[in-house]
Amino acid sequence: MATTKIPSSTGVSPDAAQDMAGDGMKTVMMPVGVPGYTLRQEPRTMPATQPPVLPINADLKFIGKSPERWDGPAKVSGRARYTADIQLPGMLYAKFVDATVPHAKVISVDTSEAEKVAGVKGVFVIENLLGSAKLLNPSLEVSKYPIVRYAGQPIAAVAATNPQIAEDAAKLVKVKYDVMPFVVDMDQARRADAPMVFPGPANQAGTAGGGGGAADVPQTGNIHGPSVHTRGDIEQGFKDADVVVEEHYTTQVQVHNALESHGVVADWKPDLLTVWASTQGTASVREGLAGFFNLPKSQVRVITEFMGGGFGAKFGPGNPGVVAAALSKQTNAPVRLMLDRKEEQLSVGNRPSSDQTLRIGAKKDGTLTAIHLVSYGTAGCGTGAGCAGPATNMYKYASLRTEESDIFTNAGPATAFRAPGHPQGAFALEQTIDELANRLGMDPLDLRDKIDENSARRVEREIVRNSAIWKSRHATPNVDHGHIKRGVGVGQAVWYRNISMDSAAEVRVHQDGSVEVLSAVQDIGGGLKTVMAQILSEQFGVPPQQVSVKIGDTNYPVGPNSGGSVTTASLTPAVRDAAWNAAQNFLASIAPALGAQPDDLVLANGEVSSKSGKFQPISFRSAAAKMNTSEVSAQARRIPDYDRKAYETYGGVDVAEVEVDMEIGLIRVKRILAVHDCGRPMNPKQTMNQINGGVIQGMSYALYENRLIDSDYGLMVNANLDRYQIAGSREIPQIEVQLIQSYIGQSSTDASGIGEPGGIIGTPAAIANAFYNATGVRIRSLPMTPAVVLAALANTSQQKETA
Amino acid sequence: MSGPKLPHDSSDLPQDSGVAQTAENKLGKGTTGITRRGFLKGAGVTAAGTALLEGARAFGREAAATRGEHPEGVREFGPGPVAVTLQVNGKERVIHIEPRTTLADALRLEMAMTGTKVVCDRGACSACTLLMDDIPINSCMTLAIDAVGHQVTTIEGLTESSEGHSMQAAFLKHDAMQCGFCTPGMVMTCSALLKKNPKPTEDDVRLATAGNLCRCGTYPRIFAATLEAAGVSDSESTHNA
Repeated sequence: MATTKIPSSTGVSPDAAQDMAGDGMKTVMMPVGVPGYTLRQEPRTMPATQPPVLPINADLKFIGKSPERWDGPAKVSGRARYTADIQLPGMLYAKFVDATVPHAKVISVDTSEAEKVAGVKGVFVIENLLGSAKLLNPSLEVSKYPIVRYAGQPIAAVAATNPQIAEDAAKLVKVKYDVMPFVVDMDQARRADAPMVFPGPANQAGTAGGGGGAADVPQTGNIHGPSVHTRGDIEQGFKDADVVVEEHYTTQVQVHNALESHGVVADWKPDLLTVWASTQGTASVREGLAGFFNLPKSQVRVITEFMGGGFGAKFGPGNPGVVAAALSKQTNAPVRLMLDRKEEQLSVGNRPSSDQTLRIGAKKDGTLTAIHLVSYGTAGCGTGAGCAGPATNMYKYASLRTEESDIFTNAGPATAFRAPGHPQGAFALEQTIDELANRLGMDPLDLRDKIDENSARRVEREIVRNSAIWKSRHATPNVDHGHIKRGVGVGQAVWYRNISMDSAAEVRVHQDGSVEVLSAVQDIGGGLKTVMAQILSEQFGVPPQQVSVKIGDTNYPVGPNSGGSVTTASLTPAVRDAAWNAAQNFLASIAPALGAQPDDLVLANGEVSSKSGKFQPISFRSAAAKMNTSEVSAQARRIPDYDRKAYETYGGVDVAEVEVDMEIGLIRVKRILAVHDCGRPMNPKQTMNQINGGVIQGMSYALYENRLIDSDYGLMVNANLDRYQIAGSREIPQIEVQLIQSYIGQSSTDASGIGEPGGIIGTPAAIANAFYNATGVRIRSLPMTPAVVLAALANTSQQKETA
Repeated sequence: MSGPKLPHDSSDLPQDSGVAQTAENKLGKGTTGITRRGFLKGAGVTAAGTALLEGARAFGREAAATRGEHPEGVREFGPGPVAVTLQVNGKERVIHIEPRTTLADALRLEMAMTGTKVVCDRGACSACTLLMDDIPINSCMTLAIDAVGHQVTTIEGLTESSEGHSMQAAFLKHDAMQCGFCTPGMVMTCSALLKKNPKPTEDDVRLATAGNLCRCGTYPRIFAATLEAAGVSDSESTHNA
């Protein structure tokens, strides 16, 4: 359905409704709305076994507070062991041999010289490549080895006793290419006479984190699409409009650049393949390896105790995972394969570019009558460049038509990247809405109040309206006279209440009073371990640092893959339910020793008391000593959302203040106000930290980042961190985060994720609108480098910097 | 060039060894170091390995392999492993490494000290920052043999010290981390800043961390944590956490 376009995510069920009618249900009142603004109580129906409703954060002791990051001491001391830090006895180090040309048939791979090097223990040549789109009709290309479709595509790998030997030997592998014509520029690739990246229709599968494009679409040349969604009649909509704004926008390719590269340590044993993986989904890696090697999932164990960032690119085993496992099997030794930084930039994902023509019609009062988006984008030799999410889901409109196409190029395949499609979509949408407000003579916040039905964003705009930064905004653009001009702009974000039903946890209580929680879920930096500890603290009264949190291991109950901002919304209710159930089992276990019935006992505030006053309250720890077994436990999994109707989307409102140097074209972002919601904030300090990060990554995308590929050679020219520009400490603006509590009565924790809505969607648009407010000139191309700025100021056609 | 003590006496170096100003001038004062690539270029890289010419006194004991004719007093080491004695966190460590091994790899692979992270492997992100005689350096751009005779302090060593404790406590208080992969390098850089400049401004912290990349975007918290560790301000309110 066009109106609820939601990024696809394996295992994620936006509408997880099941038949919950019948016995065993209860209807209770839950807090709904924003405290201080719209807070009220609403009924929700749920299984009778659900724990009592949590009050709002103000009335809780641990949840909603900000205890220190649970694994922070390990991180600040260097004790935290990441995949790249794992060392096993006899471990080998593997190194990829990467394609040096952008498009070729591989004739032969000669590994003989490499095998002769002392210390080399194994060589593996890839015959089944992962990640790129696949031809629907493989017989169009007959080749023993995968066709090379981008420079940097892995071809083979060498395993040796140390990394230096592996690197030396990899250089001795001789690859013979039958070189084919290539195209890396999206506009050139759209031409009828362009070299074909695929000789026929091809599709790329999405990952557990989203990504991938529409599969059931036409393909002409390198143009894969359009994928068309319509609602209502846009022709009528534009006829009904008093004002029509149509503009063209382009955005660049952004590379994830998580600091820890993709990679694994694989240890293949006859009965068990154990893999340490830098991944956003232990479950996805297990599933991928079991499928690739035809192993039962029970014989694949994946461990991710710490991971150094993913941002959407790290799902499934990928080529490093399967190659390392194959080499481990071949050599009978554990194998580490971590990508180097260049490989990380070339071969494991990126945010696709976009070329958007957006047309919006409105009545004089602001009511939107029609939205028409035509978008192209390149996901390299993958798909997933659609960016219609914001245009489809942010505002109320009368009619909509979106036409999204992927353009294949000879570049590395895209993957999900933090809010896939949304920063680029919002860059176009939010500027067009800003332009519309201008044309209608309306305040940009007032126009959004008119067309935006989201209840949380209404509160957020109120906070913006009353903020110092917004009050400092010039009501009309281009007011300053000097060569430095100042402006303020706003951009909004929309995201979705995705959840994954593959979310389970076990809670154990021991006779010594210690408690632990176990789940296969991974903490990718958001601070999930802390939040899990807080939930147990709230239940048992034990301080968070005394709770044992054991996650990132498929030996524990299944956890969600961390994509689509699902983790907190999916897993925390399972943890709370498990903690509640374990507490009930605990009370039953101590009741005999206390001479009480279990239902006379209450565990609250770290004490066990008797409702009937049978005994004086005793501490949890001394009560635990009375357990009739050494351990009690309970497991719970995520149950469907309480309310069977869809919950409204969420998002936030970001405001930027910029200074534009009119002489050299430099934009400096001075201040950001980021006002956001994510249901119940479980740990506000950690949540706001993530919003800081989203703002900074969004600003970096807007101003600096750009993957550049040389059109003559098809090679990336800035494939490391010294040339691929990312915002650093000197560029960081003053960031103020206002996090509101926005209860919706969704689950036993009522929490939603923040990784995607928090900053990266709204910030680039806010900066662009601030630029307009400063200069009176629209900037419709990213990144806003001085060259792009000067071109915009000169009112010439904007120079595209994407190759 | 004025500045702190040079990590290396340049007379020890072979000709064209790649002595260069470090790419990132963290403390705002000139430091001189050795770029790995420049050094490798000077020493001559082969696919089979790298042989290095070096004054023998740089090594804890004689090299395993010696070959070729060279001017008196100069010997060739490598490409095979040689014994190297390093002073790491106040302890003497003898390891056997190829001369081309970086200090970062020597720590991580030979001494199992994995707190030091390698991200870009070319001095562009400072995740591998550690102290050599109290000067922050990129250990991915420093050969292990160049650390001979110097005091190396890693994040593991800093953790044992009081200045490490106060910086780490401030990082925890301000939640100055997310994924944590840049964190050891950040803690090293910020601690080194306070040693040189005990009362920095926020701009000083920004300049000191200008070479340290954090992809999660924890910079505002790092600034606040460093200022707090310096006792300059309790800037909790600046990020309203």
